[in-house]
Amino acid sequence: MTSADREIETDTDDEHTPETVDDGDTEDSDHAALVAELLDGRHRALARVITKIENRAPGYREIVSRLHEHTGSASVVGITGSPGAGKSTLVDKLAKAYRDRGETVGVIAVDPSSPYTGGAVLGDRIRMASNVGDMDVFFRSMSARGSLGGLSTATSDAVKALDAFGKDRVIVETVGAGQNEVDVVKTAETVCVLVQPGSGDDVQMLKAGILEIGDVFVVNKADMDGAQQTVAELEEMLHMRDEPTGGLQTGHHGPLSDASGDIGGGGAGSDTDETTLGDEEGDTDGWEPEVLETVATDGTGVEGLIETVGRHREYLVESGELDVHARTRYAEEIRQHLRADTAALLEDELAARGGVETLAERVVARETDPYTVADEIVGPLAECLRREE
Amino acid sequence: MSTQQEQGGRTIRCLIAKVGLDGHDRGAHVIARAFRDAGFEVIYSGLHRAPDEIVQAAVQEDVDVLGISILSGAHNTLVPKIVGGLEEYGAFEDTLLLLGGIVPDEDRAELKEMGVAEIFGPGTPMEETIEFVAENAPDNR
Repeated sequence: MTSADREIETDTDDEHTPETVDDGDTEDSDHAALVAELLDGRHRALARVITKIENRAPGYREIVSRLHEHTGSASVVGITGSPGAGKSTLVDKLAKAYRDRGETVGVIAVDPSSPYTGGAVLGDRIRMASNVGDMDVFFRSMSARGSLGGLSTATSDAVKALDAFGKDRVIVETVGAGQNEVDVVKTAETVCVLVQPGSGDDVQMLKAGILEIGDVFVVNKADMDGAQQTVAELEEMLHMRDEPTGGLQTGHHGPLSDASGDIGGGGAGSDTDETTLGDEEGDTDGWEPEVLETVATDGTGVEGLIETVGRHREYLVESGELDVHARTRYAEEIRQHLRADTAALLEDELAARGGVETLAERVVARETDPYTVADEIVGPLAECLRREE
Repeated sequence: MSTQQEQGGRTIRCLIAKVGLDGHDRGAHVIARAFRDAGFEVIYSGLHRAPDEIVQAAVQEDVDVLGISILSGAHNTLVPKIVGGLEEYGAFEDTLLLLGGIVPDEDRAELKEMGVAEIFGPGTPMEETIEFVAENAPDNR
């Protein structure tokens, strides 16, 4: 088995997928073979790698480590919004439009899972009607299981797998409900926030964190009543956010207010808006979030969205923001791994000391206090690190 | 808290698929929901899927269990296509293939020979199906 795997690592012309996974005693070469197959374009291997990432299966870290050097070429778009806003339908149309341009697409769709049973019905796939039978759209549903800070790690690892596989575009779709989801979508370079018309409360909800992460705001179902009002409300909120800095930089505030007036007044507003923002791209003061309108069910506005996402990417590249973004993201990843790994170490140490319940018992009995317990457990670790220096 | 330890038990992933022209998915819905409540992750295909689409979904989602619901009687045409597709992608071996719906007794032996692990007709108790999945789902970790 081992020699066969080595062979596959260098020469992967073999048509049959070798049985690499069930073999316990040659795990290292199994992982190498799986990675080689993924890089060779095998869908099965890509699917299996994502499963390992999701399950935190033994060796998944090594696999992701091996993949890392092959990543960095995909452009990653995050789509978030409240349930029913039309995310999956829009993702389907986006994927189709990218495919029509000859690009390959990977999609990660994150759905909630039950905190009680861990079970989930992952329904986003039903909407992927435009891309059936097209293996160059790789669609993967993920549940938010084991999501205590792990969801964003799992998602960004899965994005790496799609990136290394050679997908030109990766779309991450998630319900914009909480911090976890916000963290997930932040792994994307361009974040689109979907809003449906007449959702005054949703727009209110956007204040709490999601407004800040959106690069593009999309009012979907724009053929419905109240779409214009939602667009106007969004524009207003975006500018409220801008005001503290906008007030300082004169000349910046003016044209934007005009744009908002146009949008509120009539349907042709978005054009004006785009040209205004286009002019500002040369400035150094960053990207102004745009508000677009789409009707995902019939594809209206999808081209405009693609164009805006493309322009945002150009902006990121030209301004150097893309590198900054990547550094920030990897820094955060490193921190997350460290937190998780040290937490695991300390968890073991806790178990070795009779478990956290025993210690809690002593705290209840006033024999000790939580700070002292923490100091006692972390003390030796800190001691070790100091000696390293 | 720790990412290493939070994945104690493995989660069984299932694709519940409606293939072909029959438009009755009440049963598929009930199964999907029962599987969810049993702690499985369920991907539902939606109605009127072609065998190719089911294969694409099963491969990409890397499911442990593929449950096909066919009420139209076209199982002898549709199942071989799905089996063939799974084989093409090397996914047949480690996918537990189940069939639900109206399947005449005389077709059962042939379908099982083809690779269908079990066939659940109308009136099968839900617990029986869930138990079968829990016991027979391949460990693909």
